[in-house]
Order: sequence, then C-alpha cells, then structure tokens
Amino acid sequence: MDVSQYLEIFIDEAKEHLQSLNEHILVLEKDQEHTDTINEIFRAAHSLKGMAGTMGFKKMQQLTHDMENVFSEIRNGKMKVSSELVDVVFKGLDVLESFVANIQSDGTEGDIDCEDIIKSLARILNEGRGGTGAKTEASGRVSAQEIIAAPEANPKEKFRTLKIEEHEKKAIAKAISLNLNVVGMTIYIQEYCVLKGARAFMINRTIEEHGEIIKLYPSAQDLEDEKYDFDYSAFVTTKKTPQDLIEYVMGVSEVKEVVADYIYLSEEELNHYLAEIKRDELGEPSLKKAVDADALKVGSAAQVKQQPSKPVANRSVRVDIEKLDVLMNLVSELIIAKNSLVASSNAIRDQLESSFFDQIEYLERVTTNLHESIMKVRMVPIESVVNRFPRMIRDLSKSLNKQMELYMTGEDTELDRTVIDEIGDPLMHLLRNSADHGLEPPEERIRKGKSPVGAIYLDAYQDGNNVVIEVRDDGAGINIDKIKKKAIEKGIVTEDQAERMSDKDFTDLLFLPSFSTSDKVTDISGRGVGLDVVKTKIEALGGDIEAKTIWGKGTNFIIRLPLTLAIIQALMVMISDEKYALPLGNIQTVENVRSSEIKKVSGKEVLNLRGDIIPVVRLGEVLDCPKGEEKDDLLIVVVKKGERFAGMVVDKLLGQQEIVIKSIGKYIRNHKIISGATILGNGEVALILDVNPLI
Amino acid sequence: MAELSTKQYISIRLGNDLYAIEIKYIENIIVMQNITRVPKAQSYFLGVINLRGEIIPVMSLKARLGLEKDVFTPTSRIIILKPERTAAPVGITVDEVNEVIDLSDEDIETLTYDDKEVKAAYSLGIGKYGSDLINILNVPELIGKDE
Repeated sequence: MDVSQYLEIFIDEAKEHLQSLNEHILVLEKDQEHTDTINEIFRAAHSLKGMAGTMGFKKMQQLTHDMENVFSEIRNGKMKVSSELVDVVFKGLDVLESFVANIQSDGTEGDIDCEDIIKSLARILNEGRGGTGAKTEASGRVSAQEIIAAPEANPKEKFRTLKIEEHEKKAIAKAISLNLNVVGMTIYIQEYCVLKGARAFMINRTIEEHGEIIKLYPSAQDLEDEKYDFDYSAFVTTKKTPQDLIEYVMGVSEVKEVVADYIYLSEEELNHYLAEIKRDELGEPSLKKAVDADALKVGSAAQVKQQPSKPVANRSVRVDIEKLDVLMNLVSELIIAKNSLVASSNAIRDQLESSFFDQIEYLERVTTNLHESIMKVRMVPIESVVNRFPRMIRDLSKSLNKQMELYMTGEDTELDRTVIDEIGDPLMHLLRNSADHGLEPPEERIRKGKSPVGAIYLDAYQDGNNVVIEVRDDGAGINIDKIKKKAIEKGIVTEDQAERMSDKDFTDLLFLPSFSTSDKVTDISGRGVGLDVVKTKIEALGGDIEAKTIWGKGTNFIIRLPLTLAIIQALMVMISDEKYALPLGNIQTVENVRSSEIKKVSGKEVLNLRGDIIPVVRLGEVLDCPKGEEKDDLLIVVVKKGERFAGMVVDKLLGQQEIVIKSIGKYIRNHKIISGATILGNGEVALILDVNPLI
Repeated sequence: MAELSTKQYISIRLGNDLYAIEIKYIENIIVMQNITRVPKAQSYFLGVINLRGEIIPVMSLKARLGLEKDVFTPTSRIIILKPERTAAPVGITVDEVNEVIDLSDEDIETLTYDDKEVKAAYSLGIGKYGSDLINILNVPELIGKDE
C-alpha cells in the first residue's frame, strides 16, 4: 500500500500523541493512581504504535510497542510507576520525537539508536512483574470493574460483555414487541486503516440502511474522534438476521472481521419493560419512570466526571497553512484594490454622487472585517508552543538539582501562526535562563526565607494590539551593580555615563551581544550567546523585550509581540519627496514644533515636550533623502518604545491608511530601519519604517 | 557526436554595447516605471517596483557592471529575471531591448578576461551574431545568491 499521501497526517497525529504522552506522564508522575491518565497514555501509545506500523516505521513501532507493554502492566495494576521508569519513558519519547522530526525532514526514521531504552524498558518490565507477582490477583479484580468484563464463550464477541443501560433495555424490549430482531455485533477494522473515524461512520451508515443502532461502544462521538482501538460494538434493531448484517458490514472496505448474534432479554426483564412501555404509551406519569430518570441523571453525571476534558463536539477543520497564506494574499490584494479605488475616487470627488462614497465606505467596512476574520483564522493559541515547557522544566529540575515549579496562565492567548512558529525558542531560552541563573539552589532559598521550591511563571495576555508574554521567576534577581561593573570593565559605558544611567538602562545592556553576567558557563545557558539572540529573534517578529529585576526578589522578562504581521494601520508621511509608512502602533502624538525649540545636548538634538526631554531624529538624514530647505516649523511624530519616547522629524502628513506589509526580498540589503514595503492606492511602492532601532 | 545545442537569447543594449541574456532566465520585460528608492541598499540597487502586487527589487545593470550612470529614455526597459526557477524575481534596467537571437555554443567564445575586471565574473563569453559581438551575461552571478 502506498502510504506517502498519509505522511502529513501521520506526522501531525504523531506529534499530537507524543505531546499527549508527555503531558499525561507528567501527571502520572505526580499522581500514580490516576486511572484516566493511565488509560489515556495507553491509548496514545497504542495509536502511535498502530500508525507507525502502518507507515512502515519499524523502529518507532518497536519502541512504542515496548513502551506500550510497560503502560499495559501499569494499567493492569501489575506494576508501580517509579521515577526511574518515568525517566526512561521520557527518554523514549525524546527518541520518538527525533524519529518524527527525521521523518518530517527526509521521510526516514534516521539512524538514532534506541537499543538502550528498549533494554531499560525490558528490564523495568521484568523487575516490575517479578516484584509484584503476588498482587496480580487483587488488581485483577480492579480491572473487572471496568465496563468490559472478562469475555465469555467467543472472546471476539465483545458485545456480549457490554453493560446494557436501563433505557437501552427498554429499547430492546420495544423492538422485540415490534417483532424486530435485536442484534449485537462487534466490528474489527483492519489495523492499517488510517481514517478510523470515517471508516466507523461508513460502517454505521451501512448498518443504518438495514436497521437502527441503539447502542454504540465506544460512543459515536468517540468513534468519530478515533478514540477506539480497532474494534467496536453495536446493538442494532433490525428485520435482518445477524448473518445478513455481517455480510453488509463486510462489504465496507478495510473491515477485518465482524461477529454478530441475537440479543435477548430474560423473560422477567422483558415483561417488566413491556409493561413500562405500555404505561408510557398511555401517557401515565409513573413513579418508576421518575426514579429511572433520576438514576439516569446520576449515571450521566458520573460519566461526565469520568471524562471531564472531553470536547463537546469537534467542529474544526484542518487547513494547510499555505492555503491560508493564499487567502491572506488575496485579501491583501483586495485591500490594495480598495485603496486605489478610494484614491482615484478622491481625485474626481466633485464629479461623483454621494451615494458612490457610501458604497466605498461600505466596501471599506467589508474589507476590514474580512481581513479581521482571516487574521482570526490564522491565530493559534500559544498553548501549542508552551505545552512542552512543563516537561522541559521537569528535566531541568532534575539536571540542575533544584526544585522548581512552572506556573502558566493565558495559554489560550492567540497569536499569528507565523509568530507562534518562531516564538518557541526565545521563550525556551528565557525559561532556561530563569531555571539556571534565576533560581537559587534550595539551601540558599531556605536561608533567604523563601520556599525551597522555586517558582517560574509564564503569563500570556493580550494588551491592545499587542500580546504580552512574561517570563518571571522568584529567584535571585540580577545585580545591577554587577552589570554596571561589567559594563565599565568591557568598555561599553564610561564610569561617568554609568553614574547617570537608570536601572532600566542597565537591564537593557543585558541584551547586548556577549554580555553575560553569569560567572559560570553551564550546558543549559550562559554561553554568552543568550539574551541578544532572544532580542534579535523577537525584534525580527516585530516585537520587543525588556527586563525588570529586583535584586533578591526575582527577574521578569516582558515580551511584546504584535497581534498580526501582515496588515497594519499606518501613518503615511512624506520625507523630502518620498512617501513612507510609519506603523500606527507605536505612534503617540504628532507635534508642531518651531525649530528654535530643538536644543542640542552633547551633540544630540532633543526637544522639551511638556516637561519630558526626548531625543529628536531627523529621518531625512537617516534615510539619506535629498535635503530640502531648512524649515522653521517642524512636524514631529512622537513614537514610543517601551518606556522611551523619541521624536521623528517628517515633512508632511498624508493621513492614516490600512497597509499590507510586503517583503522587499532578500537581494536588497535590508537596513534595520526598513521593515518592508507596501503598495499604495496609485500602484506606487512606499517603504515601511521601523523606527525602533533609532530610539 | 551530439548535435550542437542552440539556445535563445535576448539581445539588449547598454550605451553602445550589446549584451545578451539567455531566455530561460527572463520572466517579463516591462516599460520603465517609478522606482522607489530603498535607503542604505547596495549602490547598484535602484530600489523596488510594484509588479502586479508583487514587490520586486530593481538593480541598474550599468551600475552593476561598473559602467556610467543610467539615463532613462523612452526605450529603457526593466527586465524581470529569475536566476533560478524557484528564486524570487529581480529586475534589471537596460537602455533598450532589441530582439530574440539564436546562438549555438559554437558561436560563443569564452574569453579570458583580466581577473581584476568587474565584468569578467558576469560574462559567460562573447557571442558572434552577424557582424556584431555580443557579451553573454552570467545571470546567476550577476544577481547573486538569494540571500
């Protein structure tokens, strides 16, 4: 079978299963008796094994198979979860992850060696089994409580072991009273089946052509979500015989085997339910029924409790990101077209009816809404990036020998897909930094009167047009004096300058290349390539980062990221005779200033703006624009970066506009100050300025 | 022996000299339009243009070859090139686009230029077309890597 077309689905799902395994094993380590978790782990491992086998990835299959064996023993209560076991399993997951990464890059598993892990797993399995042999009896009874009891007669006829609920018995009784057959069946699907959910749906539809399904195990929703292994059971009321049904279902492709037989109720039960049905038909409110309903409610409440995180219904579709990009580009084109329509209609304003402008306005509203909707489609919760961090902190905690706990909030905060893809590494870096340098060793924490368990916080939230992500720790904080000393030592600032610098100025120094205050270099962080890389990456995404620290109390890194990258509101300005776009996001005000108000302080131009001294940047000079004549009245656009302000001198304001950001390509040397280009209504190209590097 | 391969070229004029570009690199030929200057770019880049919603950088071929400054006339054109099939397009300005010509490999002589000369790296050789000598441009080298 050619499986290459399923490769993408395989990779996506394998990643999901691995993530789920990671999360659940973390839970399991803390709460070893959690049956739901164990079941979930087992299920994920089992699916992974099946998928890997289908795709022909032998090593992956082997490793997951061995892991599944261990989980199976744990699930059956024959083995205890030990810290050693969790370590080995995590190592196994890491190897599986690299398999998947390899498969993604070149379609093969690669030659990563997993023999050690397989051996360790086998050893753990042996020890575990040997040590708790006596317990088997007791735990056997625990598993008997599960819905599926030990199979009788033909072990394949799993439907015989299903527990039939009251209301289902009633339905059976009713069917019998209507001279219908009630057939129980268990359907086995081929193990190479890739879309199990769809397959189950097709089988059920086939059955429903000949009768009515009154019970499914697992439930229809679980079947659809592929939350079953390779078999499921159903009760059907039908006029056909079991043999007929088997034939119909076998007619569906990828079905391996079907077993079916009549289902009967005992005489006593049958009579009981028949009587009840009769009462119902007569419309008599019966006491018994009320009790039944209550019992049902209790039953369903208990069920809800069992699976608290089950999604109500899966109403999403998976879309290739490239298709979204195409859609986004089309919307961009539409906005450009709309802008040019606006531009040309303005030129002949007096010849046009006013209703024309109403329509233009309407068009503008629609395109803006369209753009927003597309943006929302591209938004991904930050969860997909941060959900691997708890595992990372656990590993760090072990390797650094420090106790620590990661607290995360706002995982549902959404960011553009392109940002999500890039933000993982910087965040990981900051977390490692906090774990390694931020948090003190437990003894020191106790001495300082802190809890021995260090806390690292990762908070994400939306703030206007930005998303803010904070990485905090309650560790030692950064010693400002140490930075000061180091800065002077390295010749970055003079002692004089240092005296006049604020704490914030010093924390900003941390982001300079090769400025590490850590005295020791570990393999976790502190190799001198650190915060500057984080800063570069975040600036590339159009965001910025700052650090706040209180010596002895902890450090807080604050990352601000734009919600969207593709379309922004901008202020169009003229500098000399060239048009430029300034993103509206960081513009504070626009001021009219007389040139005499601009003063020179130590060679730099500054402006006293209502008591604040802010630096003035002549954009024309920075951009090497042809010099115009010196004017007496200056237009200054005041921009804000973090806590700091600066004034940008421009020649003329053209107004606010929604612009589509386009790259100017890689051939042209791209100066930091130019963040891209946009196409104006008249087809001209205007460059978008990023003034942040100038502040 | 295999047949001599003949390739199609477009001949262009810069000042008084003729140059040729193999046709497989050429995406489009457009009339001059407003080029938006990009500050701080390499000196031979004139800026960027908008071609049907796509931003395309444009370099001056003359500046790239170290010749005199561009003077745009009604015959001036921008040729949109792709150094590789999958690469991003880039434009070059030329004084005039003449015609499509066929040159077989035999018609092209590889000349040993003085290594120091800027033009050397950008030339694949000299082609003979009738009585004219045509400098065959090495497009990938000219445009540089897409980095």
